[in-house]
Amino acid sequence: MAASTDKKAQRSKTKNGNFLARQNYHGILFCLPFVIVFLIFNVYPVFRTLQMSFMNYKGFGKETFIWFDNYKRAFGDKLFWGAFLNTLKIWGVNIVLQLGLALLLTIIFNDMKYRMKGLGIFRALFYLPNLIACTSVAFLFKTLMDWQYGTMNQILMGAGIISSPVNWLNGEGLTAQMVVGVVGAWMWFGNSFIMLMAGVQGIDHSFFEAATIDGAGRWQIFGKITMPLLRPIMLYVAVTSLIGGLQLFDLPYLMSGTKGTPGRSLFTAVFYFYDMAFNKNQMGYAAALAFVLFLIIAVFCALAFKLMNRKED
Amino acid sequence: MSEKIKTRISKSLLYFFLIVLAVLCFTPFWLMLVNSTRSGNEIMTAFSMLPGGSLARNWEVVSENMNLGRGFLNSLFLAVCNTVLVSYFSALTAYGLAFYKFPGSRVIFTVMLVFMMIPSQLSLLGFYNLVNQLGLIDTYWPLILPSIASPATVFFLRQYILSVMPRAILEAPRIDGAGELTIFHKIALPIMAPGIATMAIGAFIGSWNNYLIPMMLINTPAKRPLPVMVAELSAVRDITTNLGATYLVVAVSALPIMIAFCFFSKYIISGISAGSVKE
Repeated sequence: MAASTDKKAQRSKTKNGNFLARQNYHGILFCLPFVIVFLIFNVYPVFRTLQMSFMNYKGFGKETFIWFDNYKRAFGDKLFWGAFLNTLKIWGVNIVLQLGLALLLTIIFNDMKYRMKGLGIFRALFYLPNLIACTSVAFLFKTLMDWQYGTMNQILMGAGIISSPVNWLNGEGLTAQMVVGVVGAWMWFGNSFIMLMAGVQGIDHSFFEAATIDGAGRWQIFGKITMPLLRPIMLYVAVTSLIGGLQLFDLPYLMSGTKGTPGRSLFTAVFYFYDMAFNKNQMGYAAALAFVLFLIIAVFCALAFKLMNRKED
Repeated sequence: MSEKIKTRISKSLLYFFLIVLAVLCFTPFWLMLVNSTRSGNEIMTAFSMLPGGSLARNWEVVSENMNLGRGFLNSLFLAVCNTVLVSYFSALTAYGLAFYKFPGSRVIFTVMLVFMMIPSQLSLLGFYNLVNQLGLIDTYWPLILPSIASPATVFFLRQYILSVMPRAILEAPRIDGAGELTIFHKIALPIMAPGIATMAIGAFIGSWNNYLIPMMLINTPAKRPLPVMVAELSAVRDITTNLGATYLVVAVSALPIMIAFCFFSKYIISGISAGSVKE
């Protein structure tokens, strides 16, 4: 005991000098509030959820361990996997539009020949939809796209594009999923754009100048310089979007009027999880669903990283 | 010459595209503002981009059904508390992690990073259960206290302070005998201010827009923040039948953020860029 404290004192003496060592316990004090709150409100709840996932727990009353029964049920639950598929469809529409638009804007604003102006103001305008509460956005679009009274149908019918009102959110098939995907892209493309721009600004400008002098065309520069150097940022944007997209909940939940629409096409995985936990009172099963979803997200992320790393070799 | 004209034409087309996109981003908000001044009947029968004259009437309908002012104050109270706690404690923790060597500092940092990647619904049920057991359902404590521990902000500020503040700055005040906390307040905090401002704005907006947790935890209508009120509009029939009033509620909840954005957009945008590049 005495020997180890001796050693420690000696080590800190050699590292920081005796003078600094005396101050270092302040570091512990400064981190203490964070650590305490972090343990209580971040770490403990995750382990508690893990424990719940092995139990038959209804949110009240007795908790009995049933071990892997919840997980077995999750893997055979057709409704859950259907909801997961819905999530993927909505995310697919969303990410193609969102990243495509962000990339297009990045190309436009980095063009050596055109030198577009007004980046600051456009960037701010494009970011605007990110700022508004999801509840407000959902409500706004739900009302704008209302079948009977919505402004969207009024405009389209007024312009003669459609002859009868389209039932955007309660209709058949893919329509509602596409609407939510598009609204999501509208909300988040500004964010992706800003991140991609930041990535481009991190690229050494002389690359572009040298390439232009050597007579490289716009698409050559984009394909050979911008894209490869942007890859880490693209990966970051895609992975964060995937993590967020697989957890999509607020937007479909609120745009479908908390019901998931008659055809359940807006019933996402987290929506199902939420419904299990708080409407059907199957907390234990819902906890297991959360961990299954987490595993899927982890696998997707690992795959994405592997894919990107292989290309870089 | 013809090359020049070609460039000019394609440049104009690109600007046109950008403007259309910007209009698309702004139109829904404009419609929200316009529709909040029109009567339900006007909105249902015809589309218009120009304001109407029913703002006062819409406001009456809203105030008959819900206490919007109260919701506004609730949101403001929560947002201010969260912003202050996030800013102060994240800065303190980041400073502690960056400038002191103590056993466990690496562990704290690693665990923090791991938890940044864990999706929120993993902790949701456990969190709800914990709050329930502590008897804190329907209080503001579980909405405010957790912001003392905001791993993403600590991570950002740690990187920030390491890049803007040389360690040598601390030596002079230490020799003068200043206390460590005083040094943090008088020297580190002002140097970190721009980084803190970026994170603080994000925290404010995040708290202002937070929906899921307050919806789960707050039962008393008078304690509800704005997003929960907006989401529950569909339950209030009188307002839904008057669409104008509905839009007014949404507008009131969105307006403060839009105004704040006009002043702070630079900070907000630099915050996003910084978060994506510095990793």
